[in-house]
Amino acid sequence: MEYLIIIIGAILVNNVVLVQFLGICPFLGVSNKVSTALGMAAAVVFVMALATTVTFLLQIMVLVPLKIEFLQTLVFILVIAALVQMVELILKKVSQPLYQALGVYLPLITTNCAILGVAVLVTRQGYTLLQSVTYAVGIAIGFGFALTIFAGIREQMDLQDIPEAMKGAPIALVTAGLLSLAFMGFSGMIK
Amino acid sequence: MNLGKELFRGLIKENPTLVLLLGMCPTLAVSNQAINGIGMGLAATFVLVGSNVVISLMKNIIPDKVRIPAFVVVIACFVTIIDLTMNAYTPDLHAQLGIFIPLIVVNCIILGRAEAFASKNGVLASLVDGIVMGLGFTVGLTTLGIIREIIGAGSVFGHKLVAENASTVLLFILPPGAFVTLGFVIATVNRLLKKKS
Repeated sequence: MEYLIIIIGAILVNNVVLVQFLGICPFLGVSNKVSTALGMAAAVVFVMALATTVTFLLQIMVLVPLKIEFLQTLVFILVIAALVQMVELILKKVSQPLYQALGVYLPLITTNCAILGVAVLVTRQGYTLLQSVTYAVGIAIGFGFALTIFAGIREQMDLQDIPEAMKGAPIALVTAGLLSLAFMGFSGMIK
Repeated sequence: MNLGKELFRGLIKENPTLVLLLGMCPTLAVSNQAINGIGMGLAATFVLVGSNVVISLMKNIIPDKVRIPAFVVVIACFVTIIDLTMNAYTPDLHAQLGIFIPLIVVNCIILGRAEAFASKNGVLASLVDGIVMGLGFTVGLTTLGIIREIIGAGSVFGHKLVAENASTVLLFILPPGAFVTLGFVIATVNRLLKKKS
């Protein structure tokens, strides 16, 4: 039950993009087509679960015992960058189809602030390892969920007649605002 | 180097938030109040100036292949400095900005300037670039913060403009307001810049 609450909270109530404002760059950048949105979403689920596990263990086993928690930002970003590189290399060797599907999104993920954001958030919220990973997966699914819906809307929007100055980012942001408004409806679900 | 021209470039022509659309996450997240916008903007400016100066000093030492990780380390050091300093001296603001202070490290403006400018130019030019770009970011954030605070809470920098129990459009300080306001501000800037050229 407790894990269910974490998952639902992460996907709907505290949606990573629309409520917490993490990962806006890929949200605006790769949301032109539903198919690319799905690919990006899959890559984020994978990397986020992995990165949160590794950084959580590092925090508990290295940073806290040595009392060097102030190096958190520095250590986490380097670990995440290295991890993404490693995943890319391994995928390339092990599974060519999977690499074809996810490969192009991996380099973009290093600069996705949601990954570092979640890694830092779970250490601040005092979750256990299992809770952290559940939370990370929930957040990543929430990211994919919002991204896919948004991409679907944008595909329709391409066909519309939009005022010159509103084209591109402005109309996308206003759309995201309306989507965010819709997600606010979930906020009463969990106390 | 023309200082006025540089300032115009950072604040308007290549404004990092409103024209180049970099660093969207902190822009949307902390612009619910004008004061948060200034705090975040100045923190990012400090990191930007520091990393620009150090990177331009070290540009000949850093091998080309590992330059991005090296830049990230330099940036992360400055982020840690500002994180600890703000925690000590401005604890309230630090708590308000929360997770977005460590996240300055992945702010694309900073790595972008390191890669595009500081790694190719001298110390003084990089310093000026850091200051004008940082100011551009701060101005963008603060503008957004002022608009949202006026409409959403009826105040500017915490000073009430309307009667105590007047109803305001609360939505504007909530997440949807961030997206909608930024969308319209960018559209306005687009329109004005187009008219000028």
